[in-house]
Parts: sequence; C-alpha cells; structure tokens
Amino acid sequence: MSAERQNTLRIRTPEGVEFAHLLAGPIPRAMAWTIDAFVMATLFLAVMFLGLFEALLGADAMIAFMFLIIFAIQLGYAIGQEWLWNGQTLGKRVLKLRVVDSHGLQLQFNQVVIRNLLRFVDALPILYFVGGITTLLNRSSQRLGDLAANTVVIRNHEPKQPNLSRVLSGKFNSLRQFPHLTARLQQRVSPREATIALQALLRRDEMESTARIELFTTLAEHFKELVKFPEEITEGISDENYVRNIVDVLFNSRKKANGN
Amino acid sequence: MIIDLENFIEIERPYWDELEKLLARFAQTDAKKTIDDAQRLHYLYERTSSDLNKLTTFASEPETRRYLETLVARAYGEIHAGRFRGHTFRPLHWFFKTFPRTFRKHVKAFQLILLITFAGCLFGWFAVQLDPEAKAVLLPFGHGERDARERVQREEEAFAEGDDRLAGHKAQFSAMLMTHNTRVSITAMALGASWGLGTIILIFYNGVIMGGIVFDYVSSEQTEFLIAWLLPHGSIEIPAILLAGQAGLVLGAGIIGWGKRISLRERMREIAPDLVTLIGGVAVMLVWAGIIEAFFSQYHEPVLPYEIKIAFGSIELLALIYFLARAGAGDDKEDDNVS
Repeated sequence: MSAERQNTLRIRTPEGVEFAHLLAGPIPRAMAWTIDAFVMATLFLAVMFLGLFEALLGADAMIAFMFLIIFAIQLGYAIGQEWLWNGQTLGKRVLKLRVVDSHGLQLQFNQVVIRNLLRFVDALPILYFVGGITTLLNRSSQRLGDLAANTVVIRNHEPKQPNLSRVLSGKFNSLRQFPHLTARLQQRVSPREATIALQALLRRDEMESTARIELFTTLAEHFKELVKFPEEITEGISDENYVRNIVDVLFNSRKKANGN
Repeated sequence: MIIDLENFIEIERPYWDELEKLLARFAQTDAKKTIDDAQRLHYLYERTSSDLNKLTTFASEPETRRYLETLVARAYGEIHAGRFRGHTFRPLHWFFKTFPRTFRKHVKAFQLILLITFAGCLFGWFAVQLDPEAKAVLLPFGHGERDARERVQREEEAFAEGDDRLAGHKAQFSAMLMTHNTRVSITAMALGASWGLGTIILIFYNGVIMGGIVFDYVSSEQTEFLIAWLLPHGSIEIPAILLAGQAGLVLGAGIIGWGKRISLRERMREIAPDLVTLIGGVAVMLVWAGIIEAFFSQYHEPVLPYEIKIAFGSIELLALIYFLARAGAGDDKEDDNVS
C-alpha cells in the first residue's frame, strides 16, 4: 500500500495485482452523515407518534418502549445498514460512498460494530470534532472508529463512458493511416494523460481563447514527442485537431471493441 | 504486451461477465456453493487479475481498467476473507461460553481496572472525609446535596405511608437506566481509543463517585441501607461498567501494541471480536441490572426487608463471579465470536 497522503488507497494482492479505491474526504462523509441524521430524526418522530397509542400498552410501558426503540435506532441504524448493505447506509448510498476493509478484504460484522461504537468518541465534544480532526490528519482519511476497525470509506462511483460524440464528430482521422504508430501511441500514453486530453476537449468551449490555444499547443507538443507521426500528416492540422485525433485513437478503439 | 487490444477484450469479456455473475451468487448468503464453484471463482479471479495487469499500461482503456479493478477487488475480498457464511450465531453459547472466556482472556486488563476503581474509591472516600464541601461537587444524582441519614429517613417514611414514588414509572425508569448505563459503558470502551487514557479517567471518576457515596452513608451510620440499596443491581451494574473499562484497556493496549511485533491493523483485527463480545456481554448485564434497579432496589423497609435484598444481591454477585471465572472453561476451544 502506498505511504504518501493521497486520495487513493492502493492495494497490492499477493498475486502482484494492484487495484485502487478512491478515498472519501471529510466533506462527502459529513454530507452522508447529515442525510442519515435526518433519516434518524424522522424515525424518532415516527416513534414519538407511537406515543399517541399509549392505550395499547399503558403510558409507562409505552414510554419505556419508546426509550428502548430510540436507543436501538441510535445504536443500530448504521450498524444494521452497513452490515446488510455491505458497507453502506442510506446517506452513503446517496453520496455513493462505501465502508470497506482497509486491506481490501470483506467487511466483517466486528468491524461494522466497532467503527460505529467508536462514534461515541469521534462525535466528541460536538459534531464529530474529534473524528473530523482525525480524518484530516490521517493519510487514509480514517476517523478513530475506522482506525480501530481497520476500515476506510471509499467513493463508490461507477465508471462512466465519456461522451465522445461531443468532441469527435466523425471527421477523417489521418493518424489512423498508420496502425503501427497508433498502437504505439496507445501503449505510451498513460491513462492520466489520456484523461487530461479528453477533458481538455470536453471543456474547450469554456476556455478563454488564448488559454485554449496555449493548452492545446502544449498537449500537441507532448503527444508529438511520445510518438512521431510523419510530418506530412502533422503539418497540415491545428494543434487542437491533432489532440482531437489523438483522443479518437485512444478512446474510440474501445468503443468499437465493446460494440457500443 | 497486448498486440490486438480489441481482440483481447472480445476474448476476455465473457470471463469477466462470468466472474461478475459468480460474485453476485457468492454474495447471496442462502445460495448453494460447491467446491467446483470455489475453484472456478479462483480461476476467474486469477485470469481477470492477469487481464488487469496486461491492461494497466493501456491509456485507451481507463474505464475497462477501472471496471476490472472493481471486479478484482471484489473477488479478492471474497477469496481471502469469507464472512463465515453458514456459521450460525448461537446467542446462548456466545453469552454463556464465549463471553466469560473472552473476559478471562483479558483478565489482566480487568485487574488493572479493578485497581483503578479502588484507587478512585479511596480518593472519593478521603476527599469527602477531609472536605465535606467536596460532596456537592463530586457526587451526582442529588447525593451531594442531601444528608444520607435524612434521605434514608425520608425513603423509609414514604414506604411506611404506602407512598411508592415509582408507581406508574417503573418501566420507563428501568428503560432509562438500561440505555444510560449502556451508553456510559460504550463510552468507557470507546475512550480506549485514546491509548486507554480516556477509559482510565472515566473509570477512576466512577470510583471517586462510589467512594464518596460509600463514605457518606457509612459516616451517617446507614451502611445497611446502602448495601441493601446498592447490592441487588450494583452487583451486576458495577462489574458491567468495569468490564466495559476492561474492553477500553484492551482497545488501548491494541493501539499501543506493547511487545507485539505485528502492525496496528493486525493487532486491531486480533482484538476486534473480543471487544464486540465484551461490550455485547456488558449490554446484556445492564439490561438485567436496569430491571432489578427499577423493580427491586428502590424498595426499602418496611416494604422489603433489607436482609432479603442483601441476600439477593449477594447471590447475584457470587453467581456472577462463578460465571465469569468458570463458565465455558475447558469444554471446547471453539469460540462463537460475533463475526
């Protein structure tokens, strides 16, 4: 696992395979907690409403019952949901967050219980001050409960297909005339570089014109250094079109392969 | 190196789909799984891992790479740490065997908690003895503001006149005690995350309160009333709080890791089931203590003779000592931790 502070938890399996989880920061976690607090408050109100039916059990027994139910909700809301929904509460579902084992293993019931019981300390003195500070100081954004339970909260986003039709309008791509060079390009460009080029194209209309020219010039120069296409191909097109052709080569092969 | 990426994805995709379906099946607790399924899962996991390795260098496949990472992560979790599905939790076995065994496993932490409580009691005793004014500061629940003799007299007179001040409120009082004490116990355990210091302070303060109250009643010559009032519920409630403190020290020791050459993560993984068992056992004890305190402890002479209350409390205490010292000893090594 990586040692530096980051927003990614990298796990290397004994088989030598590495996979990554995007860690959730304190803000989305606080938002998820706010949703859960709202749901719990609604449940408390529903339990209070039960008090109107005190004739069923008698006033004393009904108040005792309400005491116990409210306590059970406070204690069991997160434990029950995180166990049944594999690391998610309603708030975490909405915010697409998930609690997972910090080694990438399956979440155990013990872990769910401990991380939620330690909320009693994380919530001290008010509004999760201790937990919030610990999250900010910890390199895996863990609060005390997470540290004790060996858990982390990750962002559970499903990968989305980029909308390529917006940037690739089906124009002729001269780079495709050299399949051996496009194959080399696919291997030499890192996923990060490919994403930067795609994002630049997707957001080009939001840019100020000078900045737009500078950005695409920088990107085009960078890609030209990675793989040298024949000059007669590269000379006649603008830097922006060159980057567009690069993105077409990088992303469109997958579309064809997937058949979508 | 992949020469033909499109062809590679086309060939491998059915295996990824199969792995996804198999993982979904394994996630269902009631689904039947065979050895063949497990072997197939392992094969598909290794194959997909290998595919992920091959794809890692390909810029053109960030989505597929992320998809495979998710798939490999799920399969890795499934293969390397099952949830012990099919292992039925047996509550009676857990409470009567696993719980006392876990207590004994960490008995040194309990002994330390006893010492801290005793030190707190001495502090509370001498603080109130040397400075009666300290009573108002140290003792909660109105004990500090009232004279013990006066309180006993008022309680006994009320019962002599047939005035049951808890009439119509016993159930809610009992529920309030259960939830309050469970909350305090969880806090005592959770404060162990502060390297055990928070637990030690809480338990010491608990001892100070007890010492102050005991001195107050003893010095007012109300020892019999005190024992009769405290023993029926206190014989369970006080040890329960101490057990929560024990769990707190276990947690603190796990975080500090004295003399252990394993990582924090491994230490926490080792003690996690014990913490859950201890705090679960404490919660059960506090339910019993809450019932006894509301329905039995608050009744005094002439309604309920003190001898009966003291005898009842003493039997409870002896039974608890026997339970924690002997229950589940030696008959098997199988633990039923909540996992």
